[in-house]
Amino acid sequence: MIKAETLTKRYGAITAVDELSFTVQQGEVLGFLGPNGAGKTTTMRMLAGFVQPTSGQAEMCGFSVEREPTQAKRCIGYLPEGAPCYDEMTPRDFLGFVASIRGLTGAEKRSRTDNAIDRLNLGSVLNQPVGTLSKGFKRRVGFAQAILHDPPVLILDEPTDGLDPNQKHEVRNLINAMSDDKIIIISTHILEEVAALCNRIIIVSEGKIATDETPDTLIRRSRYHNAVTLQFEPTGQPDQAAAMIGQLAGIDHVETDAATRSITAFPANNALIVTAIADMAREENWPLEQLHLEAGRLDEVFRSVTTPETVQ
Amino acid sequence: MSVVGVILSRELKSYFATPLAYVFSVIFLALTGAFTFYLGGFFERGQADLAPFFSFHPWLYLFLIPAISMRIWAEERQSGRIELLMTLPVTMGQAVIGKFLAAWIFTAVALALTFPIWLTVNYLGDPDNGVVLTGYLGSLLMAGAFLAIGSCISAANKNQVIAFIVTIAICFVFLLSGFPLVLDFFSAWAPQGIVDLVSGLSFLSHFDSLSKGVIDIRDVVYFLAVITAWLFANAIVLELKKAD
Repeated sequence: MIKAETLTKRYGAITAVDELSFTVQQGEVLGFLGPNGAGKTTTMRMLAGFVQPTSGQAEMCGFSVEREPTQAKRCIGYLPEGAPCYDEMTPRDFLGFVASIRGLTGAEKRSRTDNAIDRLNLGSVLNQPVGTLSKGFKRRVGFAQAILHDPPVLILDEPTDGLDPNQKHEVRNLINAMSDDKIIIISTHILEEVAALCNRIIIVSEGKIATDETPDTLIRRSRYHNAVTLQFEPTGQPDQAAAMIGQLAGIDHVETDAATRSITAFPANNALIVTAIADMAREENWPLEQLHLEAGRLDEVFRSVTTPETVQ
Repeated sequence: MSVVGVILSRELKSYFATPLAYVFSVIFLALTGAFTFYLGGFFERGQADLAPFFSFHPWLYLFLIPAISMRIWAEERQSGRIELLMTLPVTMGQAVIGKFLAAWIFTAVALALTFPIWLTVNYLGDPDNGVVLTGYLGSLLMAGAFLAIGSCISAANKNQVIAFIVTIAICFVFLLSGFPLVLDFFSAWAPQGIVDLVSGLSFLSHFDSLSKGVIDIRDVVYFLAVITAWLFANAIVLELKKAD
């Protein structure tokens, strides 16, 4: 279990992290979201024991990060932002070094290292200096280092940053495969990633927790949740259709976008309006290119949560 | 292998994985040779000892050791690798000592590679090899003190060039603290006790007696104390600055 109690970090007059408290249980994959400068990386660093909190404390698997740093660090696998690595070392030497530091020896060291190499597909570059590898491989070397000792806690600061779509997919599969028996904390900007990986999302803004919920409940906060969008062919008349949909029961209001010839109908009180609209479209024989039900837009929720002055 | 040993061996390998080790050794050997034979008048003196060899070591170290020490921590901080190292189950003390020992062993290797001059003097005459040995011991201890100072300064600066220059300045003060150049600065205002204390800190006077074959335990303790104090400061500075 990870416990953060009123974690605070101040740099001079600036409060980077402001009394964050949360606990994470085994099996949870926590997405840590927030705009740049919201305090994500500082929080990750305090959890991993790299930055000393100004006040408050963090606990890893029952060990205080501040008072028993070595024991706490033993149960963490940490991928720092940018996955720094020793450029002149080969992945094999580097992983061997980390394994030795972590106290692995002999057959166990070999099998753990081989396992990490296998899971991250590093076999083809094992004997090339890390400095000569592509960004994607460097990131995977950093990832391999983090999972090497099969830690109960994984803290990953932007794990898929700089990877191509295929590599992102592989890393996500890897995280999913490990998520059952571990605690995983991921910080990222990529919202689709959070939806694909996490079962809990904390959005931080200006060093404070803005929301702490599951992706499903978070997405329901989007004004697009259960909204219906219709896109017309060039022959269609979106304005007329918009006026007709506006008359239906359960519709809050309808927005028209002339540029894309599309209209979006927003339900009142989350009512399910898609059937009624689809029926009407069929009866009226509207020339539609597409009609779809919106699940909600995380980027829109993200914006509304992290920019409080925006009035909806 | 202990954690210090793991860090030490990784560091030591990295010296030899880059051109640094080779460039440093070659230049160190070339300069010790040149100084001993041309400036030190090794042949002209007509004495079978290594005094002209050792007497230039403090001045060579003044410029060469900061070139090694400047990268010890500045590079780690600049590249962000310090975050990796400090989130592994490693204590600050283990990291500082491991990295320092690697640099010290590396300079010891470079120093050991000067052995041909020892062979030469033995071939030409009949030197007191005990004096030669204490000379090497003194040189190694002094190199360690320079390295400890440099390691601490390197931890305080992300910029390697600044670390290099500041280290030279501080090492220069330590070298010459027994001489008027430094003492006059203090004698103008400080009480005599402080002036004596500063003059007692001189690397040169402590090295001098060792290179003449006198193993005074106080000289050995002096260098070990300087190393310990600067490494201790190194750990504190690093703790404060690591995440900046």
